[in-house]
Amino acid sequence: MGLDLRWPIGLMFSLVGALLLVNGLLTGPSAKALGINVNLWWGLVLLVFGLLMAFSAWRSRRN
Amino acid sequence: MAQISLGWLDYSIMAIYVGFVIGIGYALKKYMKSSSDYFLSGRSIPAWITGLAFMSANLGALELVGMAASGAKYGMATCHFYWLGAIPAMVFLAVFMMPFYYGSKARSVPEYLKMRFDERTRCFNSLTFAVMTVFASGISMNALAKLLSSLLNFKMSFAIGPFVLTDYDAYLWICSGVVLLYVLKGGLTSAIYTEVLQFFMIVMGFAPVVYLGLKDVGGWDTMTHALSSVAQNPASLNIKEAGTTYASNAWTSVCQPLISGASGNPMGVDIFAMMFGLCFVLGFGYWCTNFLVIQRAMAAKNMTSARRTPLIAAVPKMFLPLLVILPGMIAASLAFTAKDGYRLPPVLIKSEASAVAAVQVVQTATLDQPAAVTAVKKAIGLKMDDVKVAALLTAQAARPLPETEIRARLQDAVAENDYDGVILSLVKKYCPMGLLGLALTALLASFMSGMAGNVTAFNTVWTYDLYQAYIAKDKSDAHYMTMGRCITVIGILLSIACAYFARNYSNAMDVIQLVFGFVNAPLFATFLLGMFWKRTTSHGAFFGLVGGTLTSALFHACTLPAGCVPGIKGGYLAAVKYFPSEMAQNFWLASFAFLACFALTVVISLMTKRTKSDTELTGLVYSLTPKLKDGDEKWYLRPAVLGTVLLAVCIVLNIIFF
Repeated sequence: MGLDLRWPIGLMFSLVGALLLVNGLLTGPSAKALGINVNLWWGLVLLVFGLLMAFSAWRSRRN
Repeated sequence: MAQISLGWLDYSIMAIYVGFVIGIGYALKKYMKSSSDYFLSGRSIPAWITGLAFMSANLGALELVGMAASGAKYGMATCHFYWLGAIPAMVFLAVFMMPFYYGSKARSVPEYLKMRFDERTRCFNSLTFAVMTVFASGISMNALAKLLSSLLNFKMSFAIGPFVLTDYDAYLWICSGVVLLYVLKGGLTSAIYTEVLQFFMIVMGFAPVVYLGLKDVGGWDTMTHALSSVAQNPASLNIKEAGTTYASNAWTSVCQPLISGASGNPMGVDIFAMMFGLCFVLGFGYWCTNFLVIQRAMAAKNMTSARRTPLIAAVPKMFLPLLVILPGMIAASLAFTAKDGYRLPPVLIKSEASAVAAVQVVQTATLDQPAAVTAVKKAIGLKMDDVKVAALLTAQAARPLPETEIRARLQDAVAENDYDGVILSLVKKYCPMGLLGLALTALLASFMSGMAGNVTAFNTVWTYDLYQAYIAKDKSDAHYMTMGRCITVIGILLSIACAYFARNYSNAMDVIQLVFGFVNAPLFATFLLGMFWKRTTSHGAFFGLVGGTLTSALFHACTLPAGCVPGIKGGYLAAVKYFPSEMAQNFWLASFAFLACFALTVVISLMTKRTKSDTELTGLVYSLTPKLKDGDEKWYLRPAVLGTVLLAVCIVLNIIFF
């Protein structure tokens, strides 16, 4: 199929990751999550995952 | 289930997800040029995508919720649903069966049956499959709408003529509408793509919950320690009747509780029923014959990818227990230590019953206490903690309590667990705004993709195996494509109807699922004999299948799980045999049905003449098909080698958690 699935996966997780990251930066650690700033860290993980997906889609398109 | 309040960020994450799945549908629309694009994705999808979709199509939300529930109820032995019940079957499908499904160019599993046998078997299989998918998607949507209406704060109710529209209806129609939008546009490809997206959502949404839960309970060792205490006294968490006790590893080891026999583990299943019933009959029956999952492999771009599909799926499948079963075990150990007052979520008292019971408490508080406790329990109709009810009555007698407090304390006194609420109770406990949205979106995603998967399998079977075969032969491809689109809409409407049916007649729903269980149990024997024994005749296949189905119905009619009355659970003819649990009954039923179908098919085949010659069966039967050459692949990428590695890893996992 013509649409490379890595694009939507990459974009969606980057977007959600960035939102969580910014929210984590603004609100700080959460008491519910045992005092861990879980939005910040998990947002970062999502963002990296999303960017990796998008990057690999971009690379395979260039080739 | 108690309400959860969501923040703007949570709603944004849900909206982003919905936006993306609809976007995928629209982006795929321009590639839908023929019916093969629409129903089979033009056989052009790379293996990693079909592989993840293959696994994900089965990972519905009901499974997510149910596995966490079983993790709490039965402990680690639940992992066998993955390790024994799925991995060997996936490897078998890839190595032995996929060459026939993909190589025969059949467009569906029923169509393979027609090529191998005749129209009767196909018709039987496609009709039951079509009805089953519609019910499955209805059940899933009913659960979703119920869940959303109990979780979210938004409530509504207004009347249009004789109908009253509630928030339940709104959720049901909106979610179905989203599914309709993307399946209508992008067909099977849409469904497959969103299943992959759903897989990543589940991993990303649940992993932090598991991490936080495990950290909170004090790590792996503390958890297993608490669970060994639970095993010795499961009544402390209301998991079993008072006085039941198991060996201390009953919740924390995978094989030992099963080896020690049916009474040695909370499932009530012995190792033979597990190996033969779950692994061989049910596992192989599901993964090797169910068109819902096999359709994903059929969409792969070539034979190599098709055979790799189940193998790729097996890798995440093997480690999924970490995400779906472990939360249940964490919840049970948290409840045992009663950390921060956590308990397994109790069954909610219906609001009418709660009102009646509250009045009862006020009226009887000053009367004879044992009688009053019994009266209150009767009004509620659930198992209750006598001590807590008595304490409530004493408190009410001393000083009248406000009604809200009486109701809250009654709810607290319920001694029956709502296991299906386990996963949400953890999500609610640990997730702040943001993460909460992520976890709930993962759940929403798996409900919606469950519907999408069923609808795409339904429209394919309807169009190719029923419409094209019996109603309108020899029409143009465009005609079938239009039919496919129409039937997608109809399929969704039927699913919605089934959702309402499931909501209003849950008993009727149980009967229907039971009947499908009867039909599915023997199916694997038909495929096994058909693919690997050229002497199997079409009479043998058809009557064997019918006979197997009748055997399972008869078996059900004559057996009963311990402690149940004859009726929906079985035994309505005569309760000849009692099983320790429903699960054990189910495994043995499947085993008997399989054996009956196998024996009948062999006997009838030997008594009847073959209707298809060797040349007609080339590509459909193992012994008549030239061996596939996978010489051009590197040796370590061949399906047989990969499959062996996967099985070895699976054995290692079993040994580690033995």
